[in-house]
Amino acid sequence: MAARKAKPAHITLQRRAVVKRILKHRGDALVVSGIGNASQDCAAAGDDPNNFYLFGIMGGAAMVGLGMALAQPKRRVVVITGDGELLAGIGSLATIGVQAPKNLAIVVIDNQAYGATGMQDTHTGHGVDLAAIALGSGFANAATVYTAPELEAAMDPILEDRGPFLAVVKVHAKAVRRVKVPNDGPYMRSRFRRALLGDAADD
Amino acid sequence: MVRRPTARRHQPWADDIFKVLKDVGVRQMAYVPDGGHARLIELCLADKGIRSVLLTTEEEGVAQLAGAWLGGQRGVMLTQSGGVGNCINMLSIIRECRIPLLALVSMRGQWGEQFPWQVPMGQGTQAALESMGVIVHHVDEAERVGETVFAATQLAFNAHRAVAVIISQRLTGTGARG
Repeated sequence: MAARKAKPAHITLQRRAVVKRILKHRGDALVVSGIGNASQDCAAAGDDPNNFYLFGIMGGAAMVGLGMALAQPKRRVVVITGDGELLAGIGSLATIGVQAPKNLAIVVIDNQAYGATGMQDTHTGHGVDLAAIALGSGFANAATVYTAPELEAAMDPILEDRGPFLAVVKVHAKAVRRVKVPNDGPYMRSRFRRALLGDAADD
Repeated sequence: MVRRPTARRHQPWADDIFKVLKDVGVRQMAYVPDGGHARLIELCLADKGIRSVLLTTEEEGVAQLAGAWLGGQRGVMLTQSGGVGNCINMLSIIRECRIPLLALVSMRGQWGEQFPWQVPMGQGTQAALESMGVIVHHVDEAERVGETVFAATQLAFNAHRAVAVIISQRLTGTGARG
């Protein structure tokens, strides 16, 4: 297993800028975003019919991504979620490791806090290493990102390389301006399926 | 003498379910190992056209099948009644987005149960499902399993509803080891 990197004294990456960078060259990738700020981050980077925003099912984002990745093996599926959200469904990393979908990447925007409830600590600020858990679950690769150059190095693993891949991107916990995100379930699922499947969405 | 209900190793009705699943084009199966579904799990694992996904907990399967349907594939979840309780919050995506769900529930804590710790969740299974808007069908006769599951697939995949078929412990057996 890779040795742990030294942590920088200050986390400088900003979550909106990180997600915007990741989605800049997304191509036709399908994006699933987890409850809380991650859905905000994805919408702020530019709303897209190939985005499916979650606003509930804490702990479910990675598994929505798995089902989608198995159904669409020729498309890249990128799950963008928070550390608290992934911790709530931590067993899903074992399930995904066993299935080993080559086209799935999970990006954890890790502010080490539960942003929606008042910035209380999550386990990731107390030593829990999500990248190590992913590697231990059989992921093809995983990385923890602290800096802009490390984020650049993670772009191919996120969007191109053989998965499953998990990136933990450490971001600072300062509040960010809220944006409006479509949250009407039937509209979103129909929009997503129509864009992906065309007329077969009616089957 | 009345025969004492015990674990049923012979589950011919599972073959009827499998045929229905193939006929309606199910491509993903999510499961946690379960004696009541042993035969059906075997059939799915042996089929190249169905991707069987072993879960750590049943709620993962609800999220997986939501993603599968968004991606254009139909799926089914095989769960024991005890696993239904694990799914409650995850059923939010199914209900809020009106995504089809087909769950086949093998019962414990019901017909002739001998192990006390199976009873609470077994007796709460239907109420738990209905509390999240899942439509419940029941079957307790082997010859009706196929048609009941077929009816459930129509309601799920064509009418876009969440449907669970509760398979009675009269068919799955009481389980020998708790």
